[in-house]
Amino acid sequence: MSLYFAEQMVNGLILGSMYAIVAIGFTMIYGILRLINFAHGDIVMIGAFATLGLVIARLPFPIIILVVLLVGVFMGIVIERVAFRPIRGAPQVTGFIASLAISILLQNTGILIFTAQPRNFFFPDYLQRIVNIGQITVRVLDITIIVTSLVLMILMVILVRTTRIGMAMRATAENLNVARLMGIKIDRIIMLAFAIGSGLAAIAGMMWGGKYGQIDPLLGFVPGLKAFIAAVIGGVGSITGAMLGGYILGFAEILFVGLLPPSFSPYRDAFVFGLLIIILLILPTGLLGRKEEERA
Amino acid sequence: MELKNTKLFFPILIASGALLVFLMRAFMNDYILIIVNFVGINIILAVSLNLTNGFTGLFSLGHPGFMAVGGYVAAILIFPAARKEMLLPELPRWLAMQQWPLLPALILGGLCAALIALIIGFPVLRLKGHYLAVATLGFLIIVRVLITNMEKYTRGPLGLNGLPSLTNLWWVFLWVVITIYVSWKIKHASLGRSMLAIRENAMAAECLGIALAKTRITAFVIGAFFAGVAGGLWAHLVTAITPTSFSILMAFSLVVMVVIGGTGSITGAALAAILLTLVVEILRPLEEFLGAYGISEIIIAIGLLAILIFRPRGLFGSSEPSFLVKRKKTPQGSEAGI
Repeated sequence: MSLYFAEQMVNGLILGSMYAIVAIGFTMIYGILRLINFAHGDIVMIGAFATLGLVIARLPFPIIILVVLLVGVFMGIVIERVAFRPIRGAPQVTGFIASLAISILLQNTGILIFTAQPRNFFFPDYLQRIVNIGQITVRVLDITIIVTSLVLMILMVILVRTTRIGMAMRATAENLNVARLMGIKIDRIIMLAFAIGSGLAAIAGMMWGGKYGQIDPLLGFVPGLKAFIAAVIGGVGSITGAMLGGYILGFAEILFVGLLPPSFSPYRDAFVFGLLIIILLILPTGLLGRKEEERA
Repeated sequence: MELKNTKLFFPILIASGALLVFLMRAFMNDYILIIVNFVGINIILAVSLNLTNGFTGLFSLGHPGFMAVGGYVAAILIFPAARKEMLLPELPRWLAMQQWPLLPALILGGLCAALIALIIGFPVLRLKGHYLAVATLGFLIIVRVLITNMEKYTRGPLGLNGLPSLTNLWWVFLWVVITIYVSWKIKHASLGRSMLAIRENAMAAECLGIALAKTRITAFVIGAFFAGVAGGLWAHLVTAITPTSFSILMAFSLVVMVVIGGTGSITGAALAAILLTLVVEILRPLEEFLGAYGISEIIIAIGLLAILIFRPRGLFGSSEPSFLVKRKKTPQGSEAGI
């Protein structure tokens, strides 16, 4: 039982890492624009397909990571430019509908190009190798996912907490208009938030494909929603909160499936969303978020 | 603002609509009639969603969830008792013996949807804006998961098929008329004014003595009732019902109808429902011809983005066409925009 439990914990850690990476981008965009970006999950899908293409083209692995990152960054910038910038300043719900439209657009473009059939996803053999840590067996890939996520998260925290750009981002999140008056080029900051967030999401897509072994154009929906939930648990707008929320959600999901009797497993998604609604109601600012005051 | 000649106008509109239904049933082939039925059902859905999303500004994505509830309730009640034994052997006896006609089953389906809206409305409607949107999306997914797993009643992912094909244009027309009439009456009564006030500024509305929670829940529950009825009509038009029928894509296209028509405009919602359904039906053969699946969704998504960017208040805003309502002449002109 304890071995089984330890393996479940590793699974939770992997799942949590991926949720956390996606949630960071999500929460950054929300923090600055108060925009729930539904299309964020579809960048995960694009990242997964980009990875598959590059693996088939037999490029060396570090280059694949770099290119996937750039694809994500590029997509983020394009989406911001084409869809979100023209409607900036509109009511929040307008942004939400627009992101839903972009999500549908990306998914169906994916179906148009790749068809809806799931495709097998594969990584070079050395990533698939199995290693033993104590009694637990894991793949090299799993370790890579956990380590890469941690590195990316530490980099993000350093960027936001210590650099000038990070300071500008925090100021913009605090108050967009005042930040503009202070001479911060908010267009550039917003674009940067989309670029970084989407880059991370694309990397998460790479991990997602490696973890599950099959990809299809609709795969982004689940990570997108789960990232949203993770961000809400942590407090939307807080980057450390998003990481925390990602891990909490990852563990909670694995424990729900792993520890309860199997007859409960089909209710996994209902459980996750029930959790979301409850958190929204009793703890609307999440664990680490700040309360926003309501003005007339 | 007063209604102009409503006493005369609505009967004329209904009579000409009935004439149109009669002519279509006489001269159109079955394929076109089915499309017209879909148009009608989408009008019911869009106009009722407009009550919550448009009038009251409660952005709900849960409409297909209510449709699913109404659809399944109606389907289980109407299904012939003899066949129910084969298809759903584990159904409790009292339920297995039921064999209802269409109309009461539709109404009970709608009432069940409304009851669920009432129960979830109390907690969920405290959320605002896009948080509410996501919570109702969560509701939609929970409904689907529950339906998929309650195999005793629903046959799970297989769904119920071979439902009697009871829905025809007359039934759809009747419910279109009821839906539009009810929303029209609500909009031009104090309840509707309260709803619009809440949408514009909830805090100011509360200061004016409008009961926020009560009005919000009323809008939500009425919307859910019609969604449930539409679900029943839909199920007995398609003659099959599965959990996957009520997708997020459906929630999206319903929202698109409300946004395109103009949030708060009944005429706008109805016209957008007609337009969008026809566009999808026209694009479908093209899609199959080209073998390029996904094209119609792409076109709709791009169209929606264009409307959000270039005409953010939709085609009609919150107003109705001027031949249906008379505007009071005020010195400032009619800026109320209702």
